[in-house]
Amino acid sequence: MTAHSSRFNRRSFLAASASAGAALVVGFYLPSRAFADDAAKQEEQPDNPFDAWVRITKDDRVTLILAKSEMGQGVMTALPMILAEELCVDWKHVTVEQAPTNPNVYEHGTGGSSSVPESWLPLRQAGAAARQMLLSAAAKRWNVNSNTCKAANGAVIHGARKKIFTYGELVEEASALPIPDFKKVPLKNSNDFTIIGHDTPRFEARRKVNGKARFGLDARTPGMLFAVVARCPVFGGKPAGFDPAKAQAVPGVRHVLSIDSIGEGAFTAGGIAVVADNSWAAIEGRKALQIKWDEGSAAAESSESLRQQCLDHASKPGKIVRNEGDADASLAAAGAHAIHADYQLPFAAHACMEPMNCTVHIKPDSAEAWVPTQAPQWAREAVAKIAGLKPEAVTVHTTLMGGGFGRRYQADFAAEAAQISKATGGKPIQLLWTREDDLQHCFYRPFSFHRLSGALDANGHLAAWKHFQTSTSIAAIWEKNGAEKPEQSEFGMAAFLPYLSPNYRVEYTLAKSAVPRAWWRSVENSSGGFVVESFVDELAAAAKSDPLEFRLRLLGEDRSVKDAMSPTGDPVSTARLKNVLKLAAEKSAWKEKPAAKGMGLGLACYFSFNSYAAMVVEAGLRNGEIHIARIVAAVDIGRAINPLGVRAQVESAIIYGLTAALKDTITIQQGRVEQSNFHDYQMLRLPEAPPIEVHIVESSEKPTGIGEPALPVLAPALANALFAATGKRARTLPLRAADFM
Amino acid sequence: MAITFKLNGKSQSVDVSPEMPLLWVLRDTLNLTGTKFGCGMALCGACTVHINGTAIRSCVTPISSVAGKSVTTIEGLSADASHPVQQAWIAEDVPQCGYCQSGQIMSAVALLAKTPKPTDADIDEHMSGNICRCGTYQRIRKAIHRAADSHAAAPKEKAATR
Repeated sequence: MTAHSSRFNRRSFLAASASAGAALVVGFYLPSRAFADDAAKQEEQPDNPFDAWVRITKDDRVTLILAKSEMGQGVMTALPMILAEELCVDWKHVTVEQAPTNPNVYEHGTGGSSSVPESWLPLRQAGAAARQMLLSAAAKRWNVNSNTCKAANGAVIHGARKKIFTYGELVEEASALPIPDFKKVPLKNSNDFTIIGHDTPRFEARRKVNGKARFGLDARTPGMLFAVVARCPVFGGKPAGFDPAKAQAVPGVRHVLSIDSIGEGAFTAGGIAVVADNSWAAIEGRKALQIKWDEGSAAAESSESLRQQCLDHASKPGKIVRNEGDADASLAAAGAHAIHADYQLPFAAHACMEPMNCTVHIKPDSAEAWVPTQAPQWAREAVAKIAGLKPEAVTVHTTLMGGGFGRRYQADFAAEAAQISKATGGKPIQLLWTREDDLQHCFYRPFSFHRLSGALDANGHLAAWKHFQTSTSIAAIWEKNGAEKPEQSEFGMAAFLPYLSPNYRVEYTLAKSAVPRAWWRSVENSSGGFVVESFVDELAAAAKSDPLEFRLRLLGEDRSVKDAMSPTGDPVSTARLKNVLKLAAEKSAWKEKPAAKGMGLGLACYFSFNSYAAMVVEAGLRNGEIHIARIVAAVDIGRAINPLGVRAQVESAIIYGLTAALKDTITIQQGRVEQSNFHDYQMLRLPEAPPIEVHIVESSEKPTGIGEPALPVLAPALANALFAATGKRARTLPLRAADFM
Repeated sequence: MAITFKLNGKSQSVDVSPEMPLLWVLRDTLNLTGTKFGCGMALCGACTVHINGTAIRSCVTPISSVAGKSVTTIEGLSADASHPVQQAWIAEDVPQCGYCQSGQIMSAVALLAKTPKPTDADIDEHMSGNICRCGTYQRIRKAIHRAADSHAAAPKEKAATR
């Protein structure tokens, strides 16, 4: 069991401990095998790689097992590449299969840009162990020392006589040999890599272009019925009564029934389910339902009331998160030269292209589920609990999914489908969320408000930095100690700035809200990046300094800056941050500033999920609209497994970030989300996608993730570019052209 | 009530409510799940199929309006991903999650059938109805140009449905 390289460790985000009542493990970054007993067991006995990771048939067909969820981020290619490299098989001939859900063997949870760093050593060890066993089997047959045998291209070769056995000829014996100590098995020299580090096309691309890829919504099982759920539009509201008659009269509708809301563990709204012969009949049936809602107290909440609450919190001191020196005194001494700025970010929905869904069949002694999920172990627990079964009796098939972005880590849609299957006496049920359901019953990126204050000394260095934040904290919902430590999920690098300042203060106050929230691509770094990298730019402007030179100066000499809130996570290396910043500047010709008329250049750099990202954006106003001419990104993720996939993820994060920075926002009125579909929650479309260039730092450092790290730098680089072009500073997302006129 | 139409070159008859959208007939009645549901309001393009060679949004197309016409879905473009647009998509490593790509490809095929050598502005106009949440737009554009440049750039609609 590898040491967790992510800075989010077992200690953090653990909301529930294991108990006989199968309490759900809630921690997002928590390995699914975190229970102490299991961890100790794993340390003693590695799994047989031929059971867990590699299948080889007698006719030499190689299947590699994937335990993480493929949601577009490319793990179905990158992770098997690691196995294939150590196993010494020809990548062109491998097949990849999804692992069965078994948290005793696999770390299933997919998120936090952690799949590659978490899997790097374990998969290398598993592949190398399998290779070792194959070598031993061949050596035994030839009666030679296995040191004289070599593995390559799916075969074992011995010496000058060119004896050769293919893996298929050896696998039966090899898999029965003693399993080598994973810690001692020799790994391939990185100079000999033929697969890792090379552009590798996506493994499953073919079925994603011919309609054969099966997503969650494509699950089919005999006798399956289709369901939708009517949920109270006000958060926390419940049905007070309903009349099913008109719904039941819609042709194809079979059942109308109520399902209870589930609290901790799944956080479902509850509501009225309509079950029918096809999706459309279910949707039409739901339209005909007559329901009285008991809206509950959240009906008083609105975006405006939330903003007022935040302003009220900002007028008082918050809980101290970091405090070095005396920022207040330094700011007071700076007087009129101190810079103050308020920033605000709205709730954001994930808006996966495939809306939430789940297919569940509860049988008398077992259950089967097809789940587009980032956490199959958690979906399994949720279904088991509702079915009254042991988790081992529930088979969860992890399907492909149309985007995840953190939303599919939740177990709510699995729990609802299980409830409906149970309530219909064990019918197989495919639960569909319409786009309206998906946008209005999301677990949103938190609403946050930030008050920044800074002062410079006579040499243009930071004299003081103060950051007050109030937000609808994720930890407040998801952590057992969330009430005491709501700030733990809300800062990221913003609470351990690599920018030198003798006086440094960070404060936090919880903003109360009934709106559900959880992990949205890059989590707290999407707000932290925008706020920190915008404010640094404001200070640079006040110092009349070039934004690049200013940051390089503030980053100071090469050193490591630890995150006091997560001591086992990687520290920030200012050398690597400076390097990635300089690379983006060099590739965009920052010094020459070749911006077209009316355009400006802006830059930003950030550290998140142990990776480094920097971006230069060229943008301005054109014909009264925000126009982006180009984006140049530089990333340092240690050793890149699949550079082709890395570039795709950076492009992906940029487009995702542009939607959040420029398009519609989630607003709350009377305790409900006002937006409902893509007409009022707009997405960036092809004509608006700017040219994007991605540069990857060549590195032999240990691999770190890329699913999220490019997102935090997008919004600030864009806002900084618009400032450079127009002289106007916008501090609220989404950015509007009117802000810059 | 039975409604008969041509589907990927073969005659098809379904007995469903005439208002049922083509999308759900394809997915739930006929078990052709390559065409996707994304919004139900013709805003996202995930449900794009061809009717008589023209790209339409099947989520708002009642099955009654399809009677007697020729429908092509992603499954009908080729037996083996050999359509030039599919090949271009693979060569440019376009898909990420892949959910929007059936619709993207069907829109691109219709564009190339009308405009064998599209400009960037043509691509902007014709592809703006297809949302990609994973951000593959840059590669989609490149793949469309690639498909246009390849020899068999715009097969006739008849050939595609044979």
